[in-house]
Amino acid sequence: MAERVRVKTWMPPGHVRAPAYLRGKTGVIERALGAFGNPEQLAYGLPAEKQPLYRVRFSMAEVWGAGAEVSDDTLDAEIYGHWLERV
Amino acid sequence: MPHDHPDHAGISASGHPFRPDNDTPLTYWQRMEVAVRELLIEKGVTTPAEIAAQIDAMDARTPANGARVVARAWTDPAFKARLLADGSAACREMDFDIGALNLVAVENTDDVHNLIVCTLCSCYPRNLLGLPPDWYKTREYRSRAVREPRAVLREFGVELPAQTRVRVHDSTADMRYIVIPARPPGTEGMDSTSLAALVTRDSMIGTGLPRCP
Repeated sequence: MAERVRVKTWMPPGHVRAPAYLRGKTGVIERALGAFGNPEQLAYGLPAEKQPLYRVRFSMAEVWGAGAEVSDDTLDAEIYGHWLERV
Repeated sequence: MPHDHPDHAGISASGHPFRPDNDTPLTYWQRMEVAVRELLIEKGVTTPAEIAAQIDAMDARTPANGARVVARAWTDPAFKARLLADGSAACREMDFDIGALNLVAVENTDDVHNLIVCTLCSCYPRNLLGLPPDWYKTREYRSRAVREPRAVLREFGVELPAQTRVRVHDSTADMRYIVIPARPPGTEGMDSTSLAALVTRDSMIGTGLPRCP
């Protein structure tokens, strides 16, 4: 059973790489990619902590609801660990 | 239809579209770039020849590099397995200078069609495919590829059967993506050089299919 995660619904200012259209959406971890510097700090020349990065797979139905072209098509995005919560 | 010079501002007397000369003052960031570049040269950190050589190296990257990778994946199953497992390592194995690129390769099959987009900006595997096409960076492609990928694909001339699963990949962070298109029918027995000639840039973004021989 793949691990289910939800993207946090934060709306902070700054160089954030978790796209707004995926916030609050639930998907499954497609693969773990390793640890990468947090772009929210890197972008400002600050010392960046390493964050685990995951490819998370969402169904189009989860992202777009009834407006999805085809419900079972999927959308994968890379999301840093601090933006994810287990569900 | 795509247009070679979309930013022209007028039509000449002879009817040819033109772009006015860039006689406007430099912007703040253009001035900053010139100042930093001149300081680096004055202080001996770099030279104009080194800068020109780096621009040449960037311009020399073309989709032909990616096409070689795809053609090898089509003809060498063990390489394809390594490419799917670790795209960067497989490309380095082919002696491409891909720098710090973290590559994920995704494979089109009878059941799956992959499409690449960067909704947040214009992330693209430049080391492997060269500079991205202008449309890849437009707000229209970036927003519609995730919202209605099948409609976008139809506009690129790619009509998918309803049972084909579309997988869109949004390059939101550190990874860059290349699609390994499905090998076209009728290419059995072709060598990898001839196969590479069938692999188009768009087929590696997912907005197109490879040519048929």
